[in-house]
Amino acid sequence: MAKKILLEHINVPGIETFDVYKKQGGYKAVEKALKQMTPDAVVEEVKKSGLRGRGGAGFPTGMKWSFIAKPDGVPRHLVCNADESEPGTFKDRFLMAKTPHTLIEGMIVSSFALGANSSYIYVRGELMYVVRILENAINEAYAKGYLGKNILGSGYDLDLYVHCGAGAYICGEETALIESLEGKRGNPRMKPPFPAVKGLYQRPTVVNNVESIAAVSWIVNNGGDEYAKIGVGKSTGTKLISAGGSINKPGVYEIELGLPVEEFLYSDEYCGGIWKDRKLKACVPGGSSVPVLPANLLLKTANGEARLMSYESLSDGGFATGSMLGSGGFIAYDEESCMVKNLWNFSRFYHHESCGQCSPCREGTGWMEKVLHRIEHGHGHAQDIDLLVDIAKKIEGNTICPLGDAAAWPVASHIRHFRDEFEWHINHPVEAAKKGAVYRPVAAYA
Amino acid sequence: MSGYHHDTHTHSNVEVKFSPEAMKVVEKHLSKYPEGRQKSAILPLLHLAQAELGGWLSVEVQDYIASILKIEPIEVYEVATFYSQYYTSPVGKYVFEVCRTSPCWLRGSEEIVEYLENKLGIKDGQTTPDGMFTIKTVECLAACGSAPVMQCGLKYHENLTPEKIDQIVDESIKENKISRAWF
Repeated sequence: MAKKILLEHINVPGIETFDVYKKQGGYKAVEKALKQMTPDAVVEEVKKSGLRGRGGAGFPTGMKWSFIAKPDGVPRHLVCNADESEPGTFKDRFLMAKTPHTLIEGMIVSSFALGANSSYIYVRGELMYVVRILENAINEAYAKGYLGKNILGSGYDLDLYVHCGAGAYICGEETALIESLEGKRGNPRMKPPFPAVKGLYQRPTVVNNVESIAAVSWIVNNGGDEYAKIGVGKSTGTKLISAGGSINKPGVYEIELGLPVEEFLYSDEYCGGIWKDRKLKACVPGGSSVPVLPANLLLKTANGEARLMSYESLSDGGFATGSMLGSGGFIAYDEESCMVKNLWNFSRFYHHESCGQCSPCREGTGWMEKVLHRIEHGHGHAQDIDLLVDIAKKIEGNTICPLGDAAAWPVASHIRHFRDEFEWHINHPVEAAKKGAVYRPVAAYA
Repeated sequence: MSGYHHDTHTHSNVEVKFSPEAMKVVEKHLSKYPEGRQKSAILPLLHLAQAELGGWLSVEVQDYIASILKIEPIEVYEVATFYSQYYTSPVGKYVFEVCRTSPCWLRGSEEIVEYLENKLGIKDGQTTPDGMFTIKTVECLAACGSAPVMQCGLKYHENLTPEKIDQIVDESIKENKISRAWF
C-alpha cells in the first residue's frame, strides 16, 4: 500500500469529530508548532519539504509564504482556497467533508507560521453542506481551546471563519477570490501588487489550496526532510488525485508522486481500468485546463519512457507531447467518447465562467463555443479548425488572469492530437450530427 | 442578465424582513469581518435571503440587504447578477441544478436531463406551472467521482439514475417547501 498522509484515517468511524480525530493523533502539529517552534521555523520546514501548491499551479508553498510582507501594525491573513471548481477535480470536497479537522489543524499551524490572527476558508457556494460540516468542526475546535484567544496557553490568538461563494469558477483565481471575499464580483486583480503585499482588505495575504494546507500538519510533525523523501525529484510528497470519466472505479486516491500512470489507471487499487471493457482513447490528467493527451502519449513520453504521475513527467515534452499534473483532476476517455463534443463541452464551460473583464477571453471563449457547436452539429466549415487555433492563440497570454490560457490550451491540444476527428465532423456533417456519433479511426487505440 | 432593470419580476409576495432567528444568522456573518468591512458578508446574506424571503432575489430583497450592510443598492445588484447561484427572477421551490460538464456528460448527464425534462414536462431553464420545480443545467459541481450529479438546496444527489430521480421528485412533493442552501 502506498504512503497515506492526508487520508490515512479517512475510514475511521467518527473521524469528522474532534475527539476521534485527536485520538488518531490529530492536533499534535498544533501543540508542537505553538509550543516548541517559532513561526519562521515552521516556514523553514515547509520550504524543506518541497511541498508545491496543490490547487494546480504547483508553486512551492514555502516560497510563497516567505514573500508575505510584514509591515508594522498591519494584520496579515491566511485564506484557504476551497473554491474547488476545475472540471474533473473533487478532492478538496472529499477531504473537507470526510475529515474537516485535517484542514482546520493545517489552518492553525499555517496561520501561526504566517503570523495571521484571523483566517478564512472560502468554500464554493454549492458545497453548503460542507460549509456546515466545517462550521461544526470549527465550533468544536473553539470549545477545546484550539482556536480563539491564547491557544493552548501559547499566547497565540486565531479566529477561523468559513466564508462561502455563490457559483463562479473564476473565484478559484486567488485575486478574484479575494475580491469575492470583500463582497464584490469575482473580477481578478492586476498584479503587482501581489496578495502577499496587498491582498484581502489591502493587507498582506497568502491564499493556499485546501490540500496544501492539510499537508502542513504532517510536515510539522515529521519534518520537511521526511516529507521530501516521499515522491520523486522535485515532486515531493503525496497528491490527491480525483479520478473520473470512463473508468471502473471513479474516486479520490492519495498517491505517492511518481506512481506510473499505467499502474494508476489499470490497477485495482486505483482506477481499475477502463469501463465497459473498452479501450482508453485519451486523458486529461490535471483538470480541464491542462492539455489532453492521446492514450499512447499518456502512458509513455515521446521518448518512450514510462509516464509518471509527477509534475515533471506529466509535462515532459512540453505542450507538443506532454500535459500537466495541474489540480490532479484525472479524466479518462474511452473509445466511444467524441473529442469534438468534449471540446465543445469544455469551451462552453469557459465561456460561461469568463468574468468578462478582458475582451480576448470574454469574446474569444464565446466564439470558440459557437464554432465548436456548429462543427459538432454538422454545420462546420473547412476553415473552422484553423479559425479555432487562431482564436485560441489570440486569447493565450493576453488576459489579466490565467482563465484565458485555461480556455485556450484545451482547444490547441484537442486539435493537435485529434485533428482527424474535427475533419471527419466537417466532411461528414450528416453522420456527425447524429446523437452519439463518434469518429473511430482505423488504427486501434493503445 | 442584461435588461435586468426592465425585468417585470421586481416584487416578491412575502414581507421583506428577516425573522428574529434569521437576524441571529445575519449577526453571526457580520461578526466575521473587520470593522468597516461588513460588505464582505454580502454573499452569505444573499444566500440567506434567498432561503428566507421567497426563494429568489427580487429588487426589494436586494435593497433590503443593501440597507443591512449600509451600502448602495447597486453594490448588491452587481453581485447578485454575477454569481450563478442567485436567482433574480422567480424559480421553483426545488431547483434541480444538474451538472452538464464533461466528466458528468461521460457518465450520462444528458440522459438524466432528458429524463427530468420528460418527467416534469419542462425544458432546461423552465419552471413547472405549479411553481414546484425548475431544471437548470450547471457547470462542474466538484463531484465527478459520483457522476452524474445534481445539487438541490443543501443536498448533493449523486450517481443519479431514473429511479433516483423518481424518488427525489416524490420526496420533494411530499416535503413541499422552498429548498435553498444557506449557513
